[in-house]
Amino acid sequence: MRTAYRTGDARLLRDVAAIGAAMLAVGASFGAVAVAAGLPAWATLAMSVLVYAGGAQFMAVGLVAAGSPLAAVLAGLLLNARHLPFGLALGGALGPGRRQRLLGSHLMTDEATAFALARPAGPGRRRAFWLAGVLLFLAWNAGTGLGVLAGGAVGDPGALGLDAAFPAGLAALLLPSLRDRETRRVALTGAGLAVLATPLLPAGLPVLLALAALVLPVLGRRRAAAAPDSPGTRRDTPGATPDTPGATPDALGAAPDALGGVPDDPGGRPADGDVALPARRRLADGDEPGRVVRAGEAAC
Amino acid sequence: MLIAVILALAAGTYGFRVAGVLLRDRLELPEWSRQLLPVGAAALLAALAATAALTEAGGFAGYARPAGVLVGLLLAARRAPFVLVVVAAAGTTALLRLLGVA
Repeated sequence: MRTAYRTGDARLLRDVAAIGAAMLAVGASFGAVAVAAGLPAWATLAMSVLVYAGGAQFMAVGLVAAGSPLAAVLAGLLLNARHLPFGLALGGALGPGRRQRLLGSHLMTDEATAFALARPAGPGRRRAFWLAGVLLFLAWNAGTGLGVLAGGAVGDPGALGLDAAFPAGLAALLLPSLRDRETRRVALTGAGLAVLATPLLPAGLPVLLALAALVLPVLGRRRAAAAPDSPGTRRDTPGATPDTPGATPDALGAAPDALGGVPDDPGGRPADGDVALPARRRLADGDEPGRVVRAGEAAC
Repeated sequence: MLIAVILALAAGTYGFRVAGVLLRDRLELPEWSRQLLPVGAAALLAALAATAALTEAGGFAGYARPAGVLVGLLLAARRAPFVLVVVAAAGTTALLRLLGVA
């Protein structure tokens, strides 16, 4: 058990470091851009520590330089509104205590959320969140500092292709969860809506629009509830999807609280506190504990 | 003025972050809606990945970036290590740009 955790942690560390390296470089680019736009060094550094949201920071610097500070705040907040649903999904994954949740909330980024939700609820998810959260925070702020110091000497992160690194990383973390049919349908529909809306809506709104795709499962469940005897109804047992024959062992998307099947929780331990969603709790309570373990191994 | 912008942005962003985390305990959500939370998060992350891969400032991002992301995605689908996915995506895009592909 212990070694399993250790190897899991080593791999997690390596994975987070890959994104951290990209964040360091983009942070340096932010530092350089902000100073070039006329922001004092202290303000640039303070922004990375206090706001800690790359997209909103770049946008705010541009709008402040253009002389519209109010727009900088509003546009930045619109861009960051997606953190609210992220927080709802993460919930107790930050830790059981109030202090952990208050501090951990500040470390919540798209990447930390993706690393955490790619693991089943429980101690493994919490470790993933904190490891990614702390490391990426350090990388972003160290990068900003380097950028402020180096100024124009910082190269263009586009030349390194770093703008492709982030979406590829997010997609890779998300991929295992897409084996679950419902998650796949909602995620792909949401992504399509967001891309189509991007030319039409201000930044931030298209991504939020992806949540509209949740009407698919809501309508599906209502239909299922209206006709409970019809074959193929799903109701609240997403693990028993009739159209994924054989309930493939690697479909840990079956535990609907896990975005992916990364095996960080080999014992299938019951999640601590309120971390687990009901469906996971059902599995952890011994409904089919063997399947959870196999699922983890298969996803290896 | 600048300090007000930074503080307002920081406070609002932290507010969004902490509100979801704390609301999770307070809200008495029915089970079916609690099950939708991770699905919603997956939709948001997929939308972020797709818009970041394809668009830039409301328009098309050019071919180099989506090509790199596609290479990463294919590697991920073949269960390549995460580090390889990220490096190959960035490397492909960088190489294409070096060759003059926007």
